[in-house]
Amino acid sequence: MELFGAIITLIGSLFLLLGALGIFRMPDVYNRMQAGTKATTLGTIFFLFGISIGHLECGCFGKIVVLILFVMFTNPVSSNALARAAHFTGIKLTDRTKKDDLEKDNIKNKGEEK
Amino acid sequence: MANIIYNTAAIITLVSIGIAFIRMIIGPTVADRAVALDVMTINAISLIVFIAYYSNRIIYLDIAMVYALISFVGVVAIARYLERGI
Amino acid sequence: MISVIIIITLGILMIIAGIVALHLKNLLAAIITAGVISLLASVIYLILGSPDVAMTEASIGSGLTTIIFLYALNKVRKEKKDD
Repeated sequence: MELFGAIITLIGSLFLLLGALGIFRMPDVYNRMQAGTKATTLGTIFFLFGISIGHLECGCFGKIVVLILFVMFTNPVSSNALARAAHFTGIKLTDRTKKDDLEKDNIKNKGEEK
Repeated sequence: MANIIYNTAAIITLVSIGIAFIRMIIGPTVADRAVALDVMTINAISLIVFIAYYSNRIIYLDIAMVYALISFVGVVAIARYLERGI
Repeated sequence: MISVIIIITLGILMIIAGIVALHLKNLLAAIITAGVISLLASVIYLILGSPDVAMTEASIGSGLTTIIFLYALNKVRKEKKDD
């Protein structure tokens, strides 16, 4: 059981490494944001779950489940707020972008759009 | 055997903190730095849970929870400042 | 052994973040970089065996200081716009 938990922890840390590499390599801030949110959320879930099922005798399963739920709920919310703020302050998208639905909204007419 | 794999996972997490730190140093805009701060905090939560396992103290998990809460509040405050001011 | 590796790596990152925060021209980026120093310092306090100091450092140094700095910067920006 401990070996199984260790392997799940290793998979989670590899996902965390992929998220950090995505932060480093992606071309603009929105791509960096999606790499840094999705990969690190999944990696954290794997990491914490692996440690908790590797040590079921310590009685820390409930706290780690609460921590996983907290990360799962708050990480996309903060990323969404940051992406919206970055778009409204006028940070340019990369040249390879095909479609931008929020193109007409900028910091001037933000008050009117519902 | 399991201990070696756990230690390897912790070192990989530490390396990913370093890579996100490079992006925070060279990031051209403020939003880049905020995203790098978010990723570094998530990695540090994993590292804190590993430390709690390593030193056999359950009380350290509370610090991980405080850490997650503080990071969420900080990133939302930065986003709100960028959008219209606190 | 691994705790020594973690402490040394995070300490080096803290020193680099301090130097960079001094030399940045953009004030908001400097505030974010100064928040990172507190986050890394609280992990180091935790490894050294003092969870209460780590909790205080994470909440005061990273949360409250960043928000107060942002509030002050917002006041300065608004007054400059009024002139």
